[in-house]
Amino acid sequence: MTNPVLDINNLVVSVGKKPGGAKIIDGISIQVRERETLCLVGESGSGKSVTSLTTMGLLPKGTLVPTSGSVKLVGEELLTATDRRLRQLRATQMAMIFQEPMTALNPVVPVGRQIDEVLRAHTKLDAKARKKRILDMMEQVRLPQVERIFASYPHRLSGGQRQRIMIAMALVLEPKLLIADEPTTALDVTTQKQILTLIRDLQRDHGTAVLFITHDMGVVAEIADRVAVMRQGRLVETGPLETVLRNPTMEYTRNLLASVPSLVPRPPREESREPIVLEANELSKVYKERALFGKGREVVAADKVTLTLRKGRTLGIVGESGSGKSTVARCIVRLIDPTSGGVRLAGREISDISRRLLQPHRQKIQIVFQDPYRSLNPRVSVGESIAEGPINYGVSHADAMKRARELLELVGLPADAVSRYPHQFSGGQRQRIAIARALALDPDVLVADEAVSALDVSVQAQVLELLDEIQKRLGIAILFITHDLRVAAQICDEVVVMQHGRVVEQGPAAEVLTHPQEAYTKALLDAAPGRNWDFANFRPVAEGVAATA
Amino acid sequence: MLGYLIRRVLAAVPVMGVVALFVFLLLRLTPGDPAAILAGDNATPERLERIRESLGLNEPLIVQFITWVNKLLHGDLGTSLISNLPVMKMIGQRVEPSISIALCTIILAVIVAVPLGVIAAWKHGTWIDRFVMGLSVLGFSVPVFVVGYVLIEVFAIDLRLVPVQGFRSIFNGFGPFFERMILPTCALSFIYIALIARMTRAAMLDVLGEDYVRTARAKGINEVAVMMRHALRNAAVPVITVIGTGFALLISGVVVTESVFNIPGIGRLTVDAVLARDYPVIQAMILLTSLIYVVVNLLIDVAYTLLDPRIRY
Repeated sequence: MTNPVLDINNLVVSVGKKPGGAKIIDGISIQVRERETLCLVGESGSGKSVTSLTTMGLLPKGTLVPTSGSVKLVGEELLTATDRRLRQLRATQMAMIFQEPMTALNPVVPVGRQIDEVLRAHTKLDAKARKKRILDMMEQVRLPQVERIFASYPHRLSGGQRQRIMIAMALVLEPKLLIADEPTTALDVTTQKQILTLIRDLQRDHGTAVLFITHDMGVVAEIADRVAVMRQGRLVETGPLETVLRNPTMEYTRNLLASVPSLVPRPPREESREPIVLEANELSKVYKERALFGKGREVVAADKVTLTLRKGRTLGIVGESGSGKSTVARCIVRLIDPTSGGVRLAGREISDISRRLLQPHRQKIQIVFQDPYRSLNPRVSVGESIAEGPINYGVSHADAMKRARELLELVGLPADAVSRYPHQFSGGQRQRIAIARALALDPDVLVADEAVSALDVSVQAQVLELLDEIQKRLGIAILFITHDLRVAAQICDEVVVMQHGRVVEQGPAAEVLTHPQEAYTKALLDAAPGRNWDFANFRPVAEGVAATA
Repeated sequence: MLGYLIRRVLAAVPVMGVVALFVFLLLRLTPGDPAAILAGDNATPERLERIRESLGLNEPLIVQFITWVNKLLHGDLGTSLISNLPVMKMIGQRVEPSISIALCTIILAVIVAVPLGVIAAWKHGTWIDRFVMGLSVLGFSVPVFVVGYVLIEVFAIDLRLVPVQGFRSIFNGFGPFFERMILPTCALSFIYIALIARMTRAAMLDVLGEDYVRTARAKGINEVAVMMRHALRNAAVPVITVIGTGFALLISGVVVTESVFNIPGIGRLTVDAVLARDYPVIQAMILLTSLIYVVVNLLIDVAYTLLDPRIRY
């Protein structure tokens, strides 16, 4: 076996310089070898990113400090290296790409110059040689029209293109180690698939060792040679991919894998004869950009979308970013006004009535948003947040607070949480509060706009279960917007697949997600990472099919 | 870019129009006879009639406005009631000192304050940061005339390095101009250094938390390049705004400094005109001040587009 490119041994990272500070990383040891991809997996707060930033020497100075252990890059100790030496090593020996391609590039410098900076800092090449090398690298990451993109500013490029620029920047000097910190998390599945393939191919060509950080088991199954599972700063388990996925030895790993929603749709519920509570008819939304001189621009965000939702059922709208799924949800709730088309809520047309007249209907449809950290007012107590809706509709304060307590218990939180504030709760708990707030008005329809996308898988599984249980108890209809086909497969009765504002395909979830008719739906399913693995049953999907057949 | 510039200049026209209308109405709509206001308390009836005649006050309001604007466009701002000199000429003499002092002050302030702010943000939380912030509190709290008199006492009276006060045009030689400019510029720049340093520090601290700064560090380039190329340019927009508005304020309102150093600038002209109710001069000053703000804002907006490619109007 070759020597490890990266050798982290018994690393401890603490808060602050003083001894006795809380340990964020507590005795981690991992090795990554040439041509090998090690996936560092864990939920938020497990210390994955801190591990990578420690390696790069990019920890925020003074707040997080490596207190013991060693980090060796091709045999050279990094923890004791000078700032100057670390700067020399960055980009030449070790490079890093980050999660958010939208913000990782400097918005006021053309991307070509941002790559050029690496070469100017570390090589003595002249301008012509540098440009040639950059264009060559940009071609290697499969960017089109490299000359044009070279001179472009980041905001002119798509998320996928920006991530390719980041990869080009990281690999242009052929470093021995590439650290990829959730590099595809912010991307659409189809783009994600391309980027994963790209990293794989480049690794093969250059022999790079890759430390790949992710929370997504699907991605792990796609790219890892070996897996290291982290939890609360400790290493839980490490081993080759197959071993960890098939025979996880630790309880935590088993639970983590079991929480991954399966791409195989849940058994269909029998067809419903309940009344239709929500109907959208040829709903369209066109954004017009008016220009002072010259012609304005039109963007069709939603184009003649038709859908129906029955009492007690869940309808999923799936699609990639920019497909118009959130626009449709917002038009239905009338947070924005549709340009044309109709919305019938409990038999009443609401798409064209004025905002004032809409008021009594609003309580029938409530929405839960994606980011539980921003959707609750931080200065209002949880109880007041939940009670605000009913109070607006004339319920007395005392009654509304009593109801808030009941609702908190319904979503699995203690009733005395009413007097606490959002920052005292975790992300999953906050999303439960947001659901309780939406339920406070006894709506007929609950709209969940990417409501579980920001949550860790184990929490995600709990919230999905909660929604399912609430639906059974209250008979509420749920409109579930998501980009995640796994989630859609587990919660939806019917799905609508959207692309570029149009409905591409719709039908029962079990049907659409197993036998897609349209090319786009097929491509989406095909791009879903780890589609060949049935994580919850610790086996590849094919074996599961064989076993049941 | 050129199209944008033209559109912006065109958009400034209605703004100036509204200001002109307001200035015109200022005199006409104040209660009582404008001629009586203009003539003052001890005017003879003949003088009143003469003023009415000269202002065309016997004409309908709309005709008066058109005549007035027409004169305005030909550079005729009327005649001062006190000195009997054309207002245009009076202002013309005062513009150079005011612009000189404003430019010198803002240049000095930027040269000193921006590096201070950058260093404070870079060394955030250290004694350097606290020292710079302490200086800026001092800059805010010491009145400009105190700084001015102290500077005069030390450098002009005790050390005899520069003249005590006064102003010489730059067209009569750079030396005399420069030595008279040093003290007022230093005195005035105090507060602007404090303001701009603070803004720069705050804007830099915001930007230093951004992902692309981390990316820049991950490339292994040195800290100076990270600060200058990646952080400062992104932090520049709010800083430019403060510098621009600061400059506009400086041109139109540095009465105290002008008084302390006996500089014949626009600020003192305005105060004198207001105290003497010299309406034509006041009107002209309002127009001039608005014009300065419009032009400065235009320059700020142009600077934005140059600094940040995402800003397009």
